[in-house]
Amino acid sequence: MAAATLYDKLWDIHVVRDNADGTSLLYIDRHLLHEVTSPQAFEGMRLAGRKPWRTAANLAVADHNVPTLNRAQGIADPVSRLQVETLDRNCAQYKIVEFRLADARQGIVHVIGPEQGATQPGMTVVCGDSHTSTHGALGALAFGIGTSEVEHVLITQTLIQSRSKRMLVRVNGQVEAGVSAKDIALALIGRIGTAGATGYAIEFGGAAVRALSMEARMTLCNMSIEAGARCGLVAVDETTIDYMRGRPFAPRGALWDRAVAYWRTLASDPDAVFDRVLELDGADIVPQITWGTSPEMVAAGDAGVPDPATEPDRTRRAGMERALAYMGLEPGLPMTSIRPDKVFIGSCTNSRIEDLRAAAAVVQGQRVADNIKLALVVPGSGLVKRQAESEGLDRIFQAAGFEWREPGCSMCLAMNADRLQPGERCAATSNRNFEGRQGQGGRTHLLSPAMAAAAAIRGHFVDVRKL
Amino acid sequence: MQPLIRIKGIVAPMDRANVDTDAIIPKQFLKSIKRTGFGPNLFDEWRYLDHGEPGQDCARRPKNPDFVLNEPRYQDASILLARRNFGCGSSREHAPWALKDYGFRVLIAPSFAEIFYNNCAKNGMLPVVLDEESVEQLFREVAASAGYMLEVDLPSQSVITPSAQRFGFEIDAFRKQALLDGLDEIGLTLQYADEIRAYEERRRRDAPWLYQSPDA
Ligand code: SF4
Repeated sequence: MAAATLYDKLWDIHVVRDNADGTSLLYIDRHLLHEVTSPQAFEGMRLAGRKPWRTAANLAVADHNVPTLNRAQGIADPVSRLQVETLDRNCAQYKIVEFRLADARQGIVHVIGPEQGATQPGMTVVCGDSHTSTHGALGALAFGIGTSEVEHVLITQTLIQSRSKRMLVRVNGQVEAGVSAKDIALALIGRIGTAGATGYAIEFGGAAVRALSMEARMTLCNMSIEAGARCGLVAVDETTIDYMRGRPFAPRGALWDRAVAYWRTLASDPDAVFDRVLELDGADIVPQITWGTSPEMVAAGDAGVPDPATEPDRTRRAGMERALAYMGLEPGLPMTSIRPDKVFIGSCTNSRIEDLRAAAAVVQGQRVADNIKLALVVPGSGLVKRQAESEGLDRIFQAAGFEWREPGCSMCLAMNADRLQPGERCAATSNRNFEGRQGQGGRTHLLSPAMAAAAAIRGHFVDVRKL
Repeated sequence: MQPLIRIKGIVAPMDRANVDTDAIIPKQFLKSIKRTGFGPNLFDEWRYLDHGEPGQDCARRPKNPDFVLNEPRYQDASILLARRNFGCGSSREHAPWALKDYGFRVLIAPSFAEIFYNNCAKNGMLPVVLDEESVEQLFREVAASAGYMLEVDLPSQSVITPSAQRFGFEIDAFRKQALLDGLDEIGLTLQYADEIRAYEERRRRDAPWLYQSPDA
């Protein structure tokens, strides 16, 4: 057999049929649902008199709208409440497993999938959310879909798709201490742009990626959508298999051994051909901070804000000027002189236990600076929260002046009460710095958990390696 | 889905790159459990001077006079001319729903974010990719004459200017057919139910753990 990339192996094994027009009907093993992109799909299904194809393939959780304070009182906003209740009702009616608000397993959909072992190597995983790319870290073919496709998967357990091109991003060598997967992701996006991988599936490889923990790989794959890719992938290795062991949805007994034997085949063949190969040197990557309103507007944490005058491309220059005006920044200003008003540690990019540990290590024994109006830690799931509390991380954060909240998307997209006021500046570990993303007029700077924690303590951005 | 064959309409220009789905429809409107009614909140933060929340009467809100869609000459536009990477960001279908509810049927740009492109096609909207130079030319022509119209012909895959200049565009055969016929994709897929079942049986033999539920 010809040498195949991991992407092609995953694709080929899920093809139900190839259509004459070049598309394929792909089988979907796992469908994750949340409250925002599913109500219209359930409604469409009901109106057409149809029903779910395979109930057990679905797993649901509410995360986008949920409050991170005073959970016991329920959701105050009636519009949000109706959306969450609609998910509850739909799941109850169709007997779909749902982790409800009071369940310790509730959390951000992309955190709980892997955490539960519901995402497994070799699966196709979809969800009505673009950051489904996260799950590719486990060697799964995972991508975000729209609501029409959510309905299509619910009813047929398949999707009509066309094959992407394959890109290999090889991060050679090693990254320095203090440089995280978030920095690798931002550095990559800074280099190829937010549309740089449009049409591609990215596989991350190289020694620096092999050395990453499972959670760090999730951060990396999570951000691949921000580079325009539909999905990100990391080949299965011992790190993956160790991670899967003992998780509630993971195979057990004899099936575990069979599964592992299959999972070990989930890597690109050594002589597989990619449509594009990009090499990064891990040693060159430094902590990153975004300065603009697109993740590609990113700079080294100790650099200055770039000058649009030096940009030859007209559209890009206009975009930079608009971004600087929106962000209230001047060209040349050192990043380290920028003072955030709020700090947000959370989101499906960086709310797992290792992220919280990295932030807590910086915060330990320190105090949040006076100019920081609010510093929030929002764990990715109830189980992450519980783990962090058992390690005493909550006390480290709270002693420093951080607030310790209930799990959810929270200030990543500000659909709940956690948001920025117009003009407020935020150091955020999330993935999007679009205008208004964290609240109308809010200004977002993306960075790693350690960098966010350092900014909270110093009251301005600082390269965490120089603390 | 309503078929789309040939559209002739007023063109509105959106002269910025990387217009994201948060800008197209801000998140407070995603709380709706319906598919329709998003049009008045399309580009809400750019379009109005006040802060928008679900349930407002948008006709009474202060409009931003500098926002392009508020200019009288672009009222009734059904074709949106945009810059590269239009629709980047989230997979929310609310973005195409809002564009469609507003009245757009065709979007033209040098590139679109992938999920957004798919979502448009699934909602009977045609995203047309033209090269940067052609898009630049169209931006100039739109600016030069009020009431500027384009004709977009899906069967021949072309955009036709008032001076009868034609720009060809690519679209994959499946999407084209689905748009032309206004197809129910789910109904179509269900015709292959036997093949899906056969696949499941095969896979259950080779990878039985995929069919194991946690409490089994
Ligand atoms: S944490 Fe943010 S990016 Fe992730 S799923 Fe929630 S809203 Fe989307």
